[in-house]
Amino acid sequence: MSNHYETVFILTPVLSADQAKETVALYKKMLQDNGAKVVNEEHWGMKKLAYPIQKKSTGFYQLFQYEAEGDFIAKLELAFKRDERVMRFLTVKLDKHAQAYAKKRIERKKSTAKAEK
Amino acid sequence: MAENSSEIRYLNPPAIDVKKEKYCRFKKNRIKYIDFKDPDFLLQFVNEQGKLLPRRITGTSLKYQRKVAQAIKRARHLGLMPYVTDLLK
Repeated sequence: MSNHYETVFILTPVLSADQAKETVALYKKMLQDNGAKVVNEEHWGMKKLAYPIQKKSTGFYQLFQYEAEGDFIAKLELAFKRDERVMRFLTVKLDKHAQAYAKKRIERKKSTAKAEK
Repeated sequence: MAENSSEIRYLNPPAIDVKKEKYCRFKKNRIKYIDFKDPDFLLQFVNEQGKLLPRRITGTSLKYQRKVAQAIKRARHLGLMPYVTDLLK
């Protein structure tokens, strides 16, 4: 029984741009290898933190929204805990209201992208 | 002297005690999910020091106050909102 999850994690700003991209690609591959279907993916880039985390005041934010089995989450979070490039992560299970909101958010993103084109 | 002070007639009665009806904004415009990812919406439920506002001030119902509290704590965990600050707004 697969559930909908949403994970946001922050990478340390010390990384160069391509290192950050490579870490994100690493986790995306890990998601896909374990049969998780990535529904939405957002990269908010370098943002200022509201308070210093690990003595750093900015970080690369990355959001993954996916559908996965329940037992996969422990594996994912273990990988996050081991990886010292990831400063902080948060995984949230999406209930039906959250899924409806996420769907609307995807459409809004698409429409703004279309508007920019 | 004392009489005419009592005879002061106000043109229209001073609206001091007219109680503005508080309502839960989530029930009113049917918001079902409070997202922890957009801090500027959550800032309305936090005072200057970044602390959570009580229900008697914001008027939200218990069910949505819990959702707001959880969303704010998640936003704080992700560094989107401060735990404690001054002159936040």
